[in-house]
Amino acid sequence: MQVTNKLSPFFENLNFERDDNTMVINFGPQHPSAHGQLRLVLELDGEEVVKALPDIGYLHRGIEKMAENMTYNEFLPTTDRLDYIASTANNYAYALSVERLIGLEVPRRAQVIRTMLLELNRIISHLFFIATHALDVGAMSVFLYAFREREFAMDLMEDYCGARLTHSAVRIGGVPLDLPDGWIENMITYTQKLPENVKMYEDLLTENRIWKMRLEDVGTISAENAMSWGCSGVMLRGSGIKYDIRKEEPYELYSELNFDIPVSNSCDSLGRYKLYMEEMRQSARIIEQLVLMYPKTEPKLMAHSPQYISASKEEMMTQNYALMQHFVLVTQGMRPPKGDVYVPTESPKGELGFYIKSEGEPYAYRLKCRAPSFYHTGLLQELLVGTYIADVVTIIGTTNIVFGEVDR
Amino acid sequence: MRKYVPKDNVQKKSYYTDRFWVAPRVPQSDVEEGSHFASVVDALGDRVLCAYISLGQLIVTIKHQDNYSTLETLKDECGYKVCTELSAVDYLAQDGEFEIFYQMLNLDDALRVRVVCRIPDGEAIETTVPLFKSANFAEREMYDMFGIKINNHPFHKRIIMPDDWEGHPLLKTYPLQGDEFASWYEVDKIFGKEYRDVIGPENRDASRIDRYDTKRFSRVGYEVDFDADISKGESKTPIEYSQTVLVDYTTGTEQLDERR
Repeated sequence: MQVTNKLSPFFENLNFERDDNTMVINFGPQHPSAHGQLRLVLELDGEEVVKALPDIGYLHRGIEKMAENMTYNEFLPTTDRLDYIASTANNYAYALSVERLIGLEVPRRAQVIRTMLLELNRIISHLFFIATHALDVGAMSVFLYAFREREFAMDLMEDYCGARLTHSAVRIGGVPLDLPDGWIENMITYTQKLPENVKMYEDLLTENRIWKMRLEDVGTISAENAMSWGCSGVMLRGSGIKYDIRKEEPYELYSELNFDIPVSNSCDSLGRYKLYMEEMRQSARIIEQLVLMYPKTEPKLMAHSPQYISASKEEMMTQNYALMQHFVLVTQGMRPPKGDVYVPTESPKGELGFYIKSEGEPYAYRLKCRAPSFYHTGLLQELLVGTYIADVVTIIGTTNIVFGEVDR
Repeated sequence: MRKYVPKDNVQKKSYYTDRFWVAPRVPQSDVEEGSHFASVVDALGDRVLCAYISLGQLIVTIKHQDNYSTLETLKDECGYKVCTELSAVDYLAQDGEFEIFYQMLNLDDALRVRVVCRIPDGEAIETTVPLFKSANFAEREMYDMFGIKINNHPFHKRIIMPDDWEGHPLLKTYPLQGDEFASWYEVDKIFGKEYRDVIGPENRDASRIDRYDTKRFSRVGYEVDFDADISKGESKTPIEYSQTVLVDYTTGTEQLDERR
């Protein structure tokens, strides 16, 4: 049935045969170090990249479109699939923007648990970064060690919410569950162990001759460029700009916590790698402070706001009106006020924000996900020019892009 | 009579709305005299059609022709050096316009401004790539998703959808499941349009499951003959598991293994 002449490759009118001595190659979309589905069209002069063209969209699932056709609570598990390495960060960013839209106060215990989960998720994501980045550059053993620690962290996640990758552990208005028995003790054990592990990765890498040769002065982004390309998170702080949304525009409990924002002035991949290492230590430090806060909180987990949030199971089973409210919220969905909101949060990758336009309907009129990786992918077209083909892999690794949120 | 379905907005609607329901508004406040945001509004001058503060961010409405000069002033005079986000909202059904917003960030003061403008359908907006390189990808995405053309964009091409895609997915007229073109896209591309009839809608989607298609599917516990007609129901087939027989060669006895 196949008409073979219809299967000729289609390269969007790119001319692969050149008169000059440059060569055009396709890097990806199935290249293992392309971190998912990145296709780069590289024009090479010898081994040097003359022109780079990131081509995205291979993982496009229309998540923003789906948001317009789902009620607010329905959409929450879909946000897991944005940055699937750090699902809680997405759930949280979405839940926070809806909460800001309806002006909701979250109970303190829920805040403590959320912040704990966010930081645990940051550790998971950063461990994944160092594992894959080291693997891309050629350090296999770091990958195995980092994945071992990540496994323990994911076990903690699993103990809390039952899922390892797609958590949906945050709800609009709070969290669904309290911490299980013994979770805090396991968490303390983990955070006490983590700095030792981080030190081990650093012993393996920081002074390693090969690692330094591959990372030093590779992927240099000036502060001016970082701002112009809309970089955020470590990509911005790696260029000497001290801006962390947790500190500058604090949300949740970050204004009460003590932690440092590491900054690097080296602007290169090695500097950014060091920041990731330091951020893991800071996350462990934050969790240790939260563990002390936890026992002092009331056991309430969901905000009380009958118009928007279902009552607790206990209330629902004893009070008729709570059950009626719940029925309406499940069948029709909550109706936030008319207006729009953009809320930035610091996800492990950078600034993750949700712009929500509500027309007072149970379905968002427009939802735009501001994904940090999308802008970091855009940066590649300038960052890769002038580097060598072997450094392309390092630079993709150092940007820490995840295609779930690039393509959405 | 068939129920009327609006064609200009095919997104999901609430199935029931109380007739006395009036949606509240997100609180808005005026720009305070002497604040940082007041100086921003002053710097923008006549270009500001309307300015207010909502949830801690300044929202400035401008004309769409002024977008470049407004962002330039914000960048050069007010310190908004990062354009974190830019996109559009489809208001074609209500007003025949798109709303375009630019989300600006001031890194020194940790303040954010949203510049909003309305653009009629079919008109192009000036690019902001010379000011913010981040707009390069973001404007391409806006064009891809809404079909808003960008003047002087250095690489005005689709970004997420394939280059030969028809339609713009985030328009309110575009259904969630895709239109006719979208459903035949792969068939058209691989085999050609003339193969639509040969393949047919039932074979178009590789993951489609037909409950009554006994050529390719069978229900566990209800297995029937190949291509049998099960529209009237099918009989239950008892599930049999494979069994192990334990043979004792010295005595020559055989018995079923019933150990768990």
